[in-house]
Amino acid sequence: MKELSLNILDIVENSVKAGAALTEILLEETEDKIVLTIKDDGCGMDEQMVKSVIDPFCTTRTTRKVGLGIPLLKMAAEQTGGGIDIVSKQGENHGTIVSAVFFKNHIDFTPLGDVVSTIVTLIQGHPDTDFLFIHKKDDKEVQLDTRMLREVLEGVPLNCYEVIKWTQDYLKEQYEGL
Amino acid sequence: MKTLAELQAIKEKMKNKVVLREGSGEIRIVVGMATCGIAAGARPVLNAFVEAVNEGGLSDKVTVSQTGCIGCCELEPVVEVFEADKEKVTYVKMNAEKAKEIVQKHIKGGKVVAEYTIASYKS
Repeated sequence: MKELSLNILDIVENSVKAGAALTEILLEETEDKIVLTIKDDGCGMDEQMVKSVIDPFCTTRTTRKVGLGIPLLKMAAEQTGGGIDIVSKQGENHGTIVSAVFFKNHIDFTPLGDVVSTIVTLIQGHPDTDFLFIHKKDDKEVQLDTRMLREVLEGVPLNCYEVIKWTQDYLKEQYEGL
Repeated sequence: MKTLAELQAIKEKMKNKVVLREGSGEIRIVVGMATCGIAAGARPVLNAFVEAVNEGGLSDKVTVSQTGCIGCCELEPVVEVFEADKEKVTYVKMNAEKAKEIVQKHIKGGKVVAEYTIASYKS
């Protein structure tokens, strides 16, 4: 992946596929590192599955026998000296937390890229799912909570073009101040 | 600054339109957005389709949606166009420029852009 934001898009697709009603995407950026946390309330995975998703030969797709989402994220993190962690629970309080640490100053750090585009793409494709996005950098932050937008929109879909455009500009403006 | 008041205004404007739109979608553009598609550049392709369809005033009859892996990962980004009573058209090795061209020529003009289709790529 050319940008970390593409890894984020890819991993969050898993949360949506797991039936998550809310997926939280948190980026905590400090001087030397970025900590990414993706937390969903989807169906969760059993222990065996958690172990095996790190393996590139594990996939839920039916078109071929290789899945690469988590292995690619793991590679992107480890090549900067960081790493990933996955915690998942089925049954009561089900959900999955994928976290990754990236060291920004490492030569093999993949730039974050167009995060706004990733968030907008997720909303466009999954207008009935909620996303909470927070990007913290030093003492500032960018935030978007689709539950709040949904409340204002009263039934108008989140992926209607005017809303998508608004969301994009809303995030871009916040990034100007980050 | 973008404000929630602006979003409120969008809601008022769209409230009635959205009801009208339900049940339409004569043409469906589907972009493959699995790991393979995303890594190959599907995100800008999807966004180009969304923009071109809406800016071109085609949103009443065209829907743009996302799907998982379509099955030919080496040809990603892959896009499928479904139209009632017509055979599905599969475009491969897509980019944002090709997406705009396909909206103009195929979606608006009704003429399949043969050179970008999977059939043309394989032959």
